[in-house]
Amino acid sequence: MIDLPAPNPATLAARERIVAGLRALLPESGVIAEALRLKPYEADGLSAYRQVPLAVVLPETTEQVASVLRFCHENGVRVVPRGAGTSLSGGALPLADAVVVGLMRMNRILAIDYADRLAVVEPGVTNIGITEAVRGAGFFYAPDPSSQLACMIGGNVNMNSGGAHCLKYGVTANNLLGLKIVTIDGEIIEIGGAHLDAAGYDWLGILTGSEGQLAIVTEVTVRILRGPEGARAMLVAFRGNEIAGACVDAIITSGIIPVALEFMDRPAIHACEAFAHAGYPLDAEAMLIIEVEGSIAEQDDLLARIGAICRRFDPISLRISQSAEESAAIWKGRKGAFGAIGRISPDYLCMDGTIPTGRLPEVLRRIGEMSESYGLKVANIFHAGDGNLHPLIMFDANDPESFHRAEAFGADILKLCVEVGGCLTGEHGVGVEKRDLMTVQFNSVELDQQRRIKTAFDPDWLLNTAKVFPLTAALAPAVPHAA
Amino acid sequence: MSTLAPAEEAAIAQAIGEARARATPLLLAGHATKDGVLRPVQAETTLSLKNHAGVTLYAPNELIISARAGTTLAEIEALVASAGQQIIAEPPDLTALLGTEGAQTLGGVVACNLSGPRRVTAGAMRDHVMGLRAVNGAGEIIRAGGRVLKNVTGLDLCKLLTGSFGTLAAITEITLKVLPAAETMATLVLPGLAARGGVAALSAALGAPFGASAAAWLPRAQAERVAELAPFAAAVALVRVEDFRPSVSYRGERLRALLTEFGAAEILDEAASRAVWRAVRDAAPLGEGEGNDAVWRVSVRPSAGPDIVAVVETLGGRCFLDWGGGLAWIAAEASAATHRAITQAARAAGGVWWLMRAPDALRASLDVVPAEPAPLAAIARRVKAAFDPAFILNPGRIHAGL
Repeated sequence: MIDLPAPNPATLAARERIVAGLRALLPESGVIAEALRLKPYEADGLSAYRQVPLAVVLPETTEQVASVLRFCHENGVRVVPRGAGTSLSGGALPLADAVVVGLMRMNRILAIDYADRLAVVEPGVTNIGITEAVRGAGFFYAPDPSSQLACMIGGNVNMNSGGAHCLKYGVTANNLLGLKIVTIDGEIIEIGGAHLDAAGYDWLGILTGSEGQLAIVTEVTVRILRGPEGARAMLVAFRGNEIAGACVDAIITSGIIPVALEFMDRPAIHACEAFAHAGYPLDAEAMLIIEVEGSIAEQDDLLARIGAICRRFDPISLRISQSAEESAAIWKGRKGAFGAIGRISPDYLCMDGTIPTGRLPEVLRRIGEMSESYGLKVANIFHAGDGNLHPLIMFDANDPESFHRAEAFGADILKLCVEVGGCLTGEHGVGVEKRDLMTVQFNSVELDQQRRIKTAFDPDWLLNTAKVFPLTAALAPAVPHAA
Repeated sequence: MSTLAPAEEAAIAQAIGEARARATPLLLAGHATKDGVLRPVQAETTLSLKNHAGVTLYAPNELIISARAGTTLAEIEALVASAGQQIIAEPPDLTALLGTEGAQTLGGVVACNLSGPRRVTAGAMRDHVMGLRAVNGAGEIIRAGGRVLKNVTGLDLCKLLTGSFGTLAAITEITLKVLPAAETMATLVLPGLAARGGVAALSAALGAPFGASAAAWLPRAQAERVAELAPFAAAVALVRVEDFRPSVSYRGERLRALLTEFGAAEILDEAASRAVWRAVRDAAPLGEGEGNDAVWRVSVRPSAGPDIVAVVETLGGRCFLDWGGGLAWIAAEASAATHRAITQAARAAGGVWWLMRAPDALRASLDVVPAEPAPLAAIARRVKAAFDPAFILNPGRIHAGL
């Protein structure tokens, strides 16, 4: 288990005064302090970790967020920002002495501009909510994390969320134009705007993916894109992981970038097929879902080019979707992968490393060996074009020993990702889950450099404390350069 | 003036560490092709990264290339082209515009975050910097990001350092995402549209499902400076399509049909398209280092581009629009009054500016980019100190005192 810092006794002792102070700043329904009503906020998507917060506030305006942060800053109270609470890394896990700032009531779409191809939204708008608002005009918001029905854009910004289609369209950071943020001392600052490049330091870049360490986001200007004329998926099954991996390389080096290129190994294929009945090939060791876009003729042309490449790798089967319904069924299996695993295992950990794509066969082989030595099953889903690997480790949460083994297995996988030249997290974020592994990827000079940036925004380390940075030093506010 | 040009990263780190100990400011440079951009740096010593050069990794199957900062962009472009790939953001070569000589380095392009026409649809340089090595102002070597395409591990220092004009750290090595180069390209030319109609046409094209990859508008005087556009003898709206051959012909025709309300479009072939977009990329339509004019880039929402054009016309300056109308390249009289008029127009449109070329005295005395609101300026100062505690790296390059 990951350690959380001991709560500040002075804060706990001042709880009533703090709650009263917050009540003075917000409408009556905007402050939650009753034990029973705090309970739903005790965890996020990393549900093995739970902690009821000191209080929850639900502001409705940027000014309310500013007043809450100013109050917390003046009183030395820690703050945990929260959107929909779908983080898989514990990014929104509360602390006992922290106020959770829930942004779900700030859920309005403020502006849509098709000529300039942007939308201005509040942080509590769901990811899919943006696309739904612009779909009628043929537009969409590109990043599509699997949690897109629930997750909120504020959380997407803070975790720099990706998705299955970011091979072509990029991740959240590539699809933002502007932010409104509130700093820990309650200052409201606008970053970027409706234009493409901003001047000065890339504040948008450093804030995106900062996991609530630097500021709270209260407004987001996103790029919206015109959707393609159509899209179609192809499903190709192979006799081995190495063969499928080599096929991915061949497609990319041929000059084709499919809009999505998803890889599933044998356990993942079986679990997802049992769930989605998408006609996945159960005799295959590995399977690729390849999606292309364009007019029907363009789809035919691209699928023919890709199909010709795949045939060089002796596929067991190669199936081109014949209809929108068939494409949807193919994607249902992939997008429902987490639920599918949940049906065959009471609990699972979803890991999220990235590796150089050329190392996939070797990494899968070594994960297989670890699976045997830990005695835990694993299914692998992989954004093959960009190297983002999602091993799903199955365990039984009722058995604490099984959970500890699963955590150790996961840590070993992430260390392997770093060892082969990759990183700890491709899209889920460090959160609390991977915090103590940061020393595997970064040395102390590099971590201190990041910590000093945190300090530049949040000198007292009140924002989302005990996440991202390994604990001991994370609670030492300033990290000056050695003389 | 003295110049240090170490070949090894450790020597770069040592030089910066020593400069820090003596509190000696350093001017960071590659081949100094962009020295005249933004504010002049007051430093007796130049630390050049030009000898720290060479490609260290190229994996076409992983869409990744790594090179030391002093590697020329031309060398990298040639290498990736040999594998049928390209640098996504299409960075410009501004040497003619800026009146400088030499081959720009990868480090310089990244430090200045310079992107070309493809930026409007495929992102800026900062969007494709996957990893960096750098030496901060304390002489410490730091790594950020990595050599993979998707990475959210820790704070994204790659983005913070890209476009920081060498004021936070000396970038020593860069890992870029690259993409396959399109098989071919074509360009639709819509002649005779004034700025507002031209940008409306560009917006229609970029808002269509036909994969336009670039969109620009040139007034007649600027179009006539590009050989392939001169025959139109008119202002032109330009839309580029890049893809496989069948897609380019199909999409070109669909876009032509879509844009009929803006007039009859002609289609330029691949060779002419390459020449035209190279000119747009390098801001060649402004004219090379003409007279004593200053040069600005202004970034606004695309629909506000024509407002900037109107102001430049009243000033007797020259300009054209890239990025679907959202980037104005401007040349006009080098004076504080002109600067005030252009920056007011940019601010009124909710946008920003960069003073790209001006006499030293002028660029030392002006806000070469917009001043930041006080709370953000305070954060900027603390972030600067977090990298460069003695404020020795390119001091004053972006803002006076930073």
